[in-house]
Amino acid sequence: MKPALFSHLVPTTVQEALEMMGDHAAEARVLAGGQSLVPMMNFRLARPSVLVDLNRIPDLSYIDDRGDYLAVGAMTRERAIENSALVRDACPLVYDATLNIAHLPIRSRGTIGGSISNADPAAEYPATMLALDAVMIAKSGRGERSIPAAEFFEGVLSTTLNSDEILTEIRVPKAPADSGAAFVEICRRHGDFALAGVGAQVTMDGDSVAAVQLAACGVGPGPVRLTEAEAVLRDNSLTNEILSQAEQAASAQVDPDGDAHASAAYRRKLAGVMTKRAVQQAAGRAGGGV
Amino acid sequence: MTDRTSVTITVNGISLTGLAEPRMLLADFLRDELRLTGTHVGCEHGVCGACTVIVDGVAVRSCLMFAVQADGAEIRTIEGLATDGEMHPLQKLFAKHRALQCGFCTPGMLMTAIDLVDSTDDLTEEDIRVGMSAALCRCTGYEGIVNAVAEYAGKVHGKEGVR
Repeated sequence: MKPALFSHLVPTTVQEALEMMGDHAAEARVLAGGQSLVPMMNFRLARPSVLVDLNRIPDLSYIDDRGDYLAVGAMTRERAIENSALVRDACPLVYDATLNIAHLPIRSRGTIGGSISNADPAAEYPATMLALDAVMIAKSGRGERSIPAAEFFEGVLSTTLNSDEILTEIRVPKAPADSGAAFVEICRRHGDFALAGVGAQVTMDGDSVAAVQLAACGVGPGPVRLTEAEAVLRDNSLTNEILSQAEQAASAQVDPDGDAHASAAYRRKLAGVMTKRAVQQAAGRAGGGV
Repeated sequence: MTDRTSVTITVNGISLTGLAEPRMLLADFLRDELRLTGTHVGCEHGVCGACTVIVDGVAVRSCLMFAVQADGAEIRTIEGLATDGEMHPLQKLFAKHRALQCGFCTPGMLMTAIDLVDSTDDLTEEDIRVGMSAALCRCTGYEGIVNAVAEYAGKVHGKEGVR
């Protein structure tokens, strides 16, 4: 199929984009990389009458080192993130998550801001941002807001962004020195959306877990911070018993739906297994790079 | 909304201009407006990879981009691979390894492989399998495709083959 008719607005500055969103908030959609929105439009599941296309705003594409966090412009392509030594060193979970996103030609166009604003429950970046306590910067003609990840994701394809707001920047805290990170997922084919995935950042103090941040995708209406499994692991050694308690805690905390690809029970099981694998991999990398 | 605007892109080194409504996909612009029908349209939602072309140096799905977004871009399509009637080395390797049957997926396979190989100089066979999973072949001839891309990667990066 082909998209329905729309008006194509092409701002070249953020200010111009905000004015356009102010004028057309009711009917406009923001076009970022288009790797989710355009398929929806091709199938006419989405029929926005106005598209505000951010692809000609160079100021929205950057990766800046700001001391204790990285600031990533919303239009930064996933491929640029994958190729960034800065991201790999400072925010290894973001790097690892990026490698799990679809395929190279999709990552050529797909953007971090687009993936986060789209808030697909199976997408890697929302879970990653939730695990890392990232902060979203949203702008509108009315001003700027900082929204913590925990308050950003609302449900299936739903965020707390207002209709005239644009996500412009994502601030990701840098990983602690002795930490390791891993994003693991199961999908039917490489590059498909995950049936279940877990991102983990683990800081070790000798044999003991000093800090742990975990979030899952694909197992609920939005990303899920796995607080129960985090509590099991914190201040404990990663023995088989503790790992299997964390696995059970993760499975018990999530409430997935079943669909044609996997039943709810299988997804629940996977949430636990992915948690265990992600924690083991992350702990193995702690102190030793990616 | 239905107004057609002028879109100029450099395709395989030649500047070409056509008209496009905002909603016209780049794949359809290449095929229907510029009459470059080597780029194939399969699923139209970014899954099959048949429409993959190289835009400003990177492989993209031309079904997930509007033609108006490509105004001013440099695009490489399957038509640009052969030079002076001579097949591109990767095309020759696809023939050598019997890496196609019906050929529908082949334009996307080739453009995907060229970006994959050009952008990474130490590909393993596993990397090639993961990278080429971006394009689907329903004749199921993947073994030949992986072998062709592996030999090409070896040639481009001056090695015997991949690890």
